[in-house]
Amino acid sequence: MLKNRSLIDPSDFTREEFREIFDLGHQIVANPEKYSKSCEGKILATLFYEPSTRTRLSFETAMLRLGGQVIGFSEAASSSTAKGESIADTLRTVECYADIAAMRHPKEGAPRLASHYIHMPLINAGDGGHQHPTQTLTDILTIERLRGNVENKTYGFCGDLKFGRTVHSLIKFLSNYEGVKFILISPEELRVPEYIREEVIKKKGIPFEEVDQMEPYMGQLDFLYMTRVQRERFFNEEDYIRLKDRFILDKEKMSYARPDTYILHPLPRVNEISTEVDDDPRAQYFQQAKNGMYVRMALILKLLGIY
Amino acid sequence: MLEITSIEKGIVIDHITAGYGIQVFNYLNLDKADYNVALICNAYSEKMGKKDIIKINNVIDINYDFLGLIDPNATVNIIENGKTIKKVKLEVPDRVENIIRCKNPRCVTSVEHYFPHVFHLVNKEKRSYRCEYCDDIVIPYPNK
Ligand SMILES: [Zn+2]
Repeated sequence: MLKNRSLIDPSDFTREEFREIFDLGHQIVANPEKYSKSCEGKILATLFYEPSTRTRLSFETAMLRLGGQVIGFSEAASSSTAKGESIADTLRTVECYADIAAMRHPKEGAPRLASHYIHMPLINAGDGGHQHPTQTLTDILTIERLRGNVENKTYGFCGDLKFGRTVHSLIKFLSNYEGVKFILISPEELRVPEYIREEVIKKKGIPFEEVDQMEPYMGQLDFLYMTRVQRERFFNEEDYIRLKDRFILDKEKMSYARPDTYILHPLPRVNEISTEVDDDPRAQYFQQAKNGMYVRMALILKLLGIY
Repeated sequence: MLEITSIEKGIVIDHITAGYGIQVFNYLNLDKADYNVALICNAYSEKMGKKDIIKINNVIDINYDFLGLIDPNATVNIIENGKTIKKVKLEVPDRVENIIRCKNPRCVTSVEHYFPHVFHLVNKEKRSYRCEYCDDIVIPYPNK
């Protein structure tokens, strides 16, 4: 039962529970009208302690398309945190008003902490460089729509694998499936953190390579997951500038990829995918954003126990 | 060897990995004890080469999770009438609360302070732990 549960980390749900969410997601994609009044009378709180317009809009649109309503804040400065209120108190107050909440916070583990203080379902909408599970749901729904299932495929990850929480979440998730292989493409300084390499990838015995070139590996990939190097994760501007242009996907690099290699990106993009790639049918990042809304609709319905 | 008289009623923590005795001593607040306490460092041990020992001339509450965390090979002897009446076998705890603190500056524990610091055992051999909140891995007391 997913009713009244929280999604903070991909390991919170079993494979079967995720299956329920994806199956409902595919049904919503096929017939969104059917669900347009499912959440009438329900309220979603979006608690964004750091701005992320894209993710917030996706959650809010998902709730509105289900016929529900939305309250919330979009940055810490405008919230009671600015007056020194604790996360626990803010969440306990919001629980008096809303039926379900999505929370984004710059500090890692903040949603886990918050979930210990409330009874309503809470969704982690991103915590620092740590986890971003609904992006993972988005990615999986997209992979399934393009290739049927996630098993027996080679996934390339490129860019900032150290701070890229979408990458950590997706790797954790895919590690539970048969026949997956990872090619991790990044500069030395931005490789995946130790806990992902040791406690997830190696522990599950998944074949992987850590490399610092794209071209030789493009032909092996079923999916290439691009990420941007985020300025706010760096203490010094020089490192950021040096690393951000290290891997740029352009037409020339795409020519090494197979016809059935799809390109994903959690968006927003800066310059790591050249706009000349956008018209390539293998570029699926905008459709991915749309899938994100659908899968959030499915998640909200499941956590509220409506479907 | 340095002579420390045996105790009548109290606790002897023996076979502490050399170097960790002072940490156990500090954790148990033994510097503030108003009873007889001995911390012996680098005592000779046939098995270990060097070991630390703590003798406490009083029966006090011991957090066995902490002892297991710092050194699962240490042994705790409860003494009464000059004889060992109980030996406690230590284990590496699966979960520890308010003993280790997270060092990740991005962790929520660095900014909010009203909840317990919880860590979960990840690897028993390495004695590595994962922060409940941010998943950062620490090895607070490495196997020496
Ligand atoms: Zn932490």
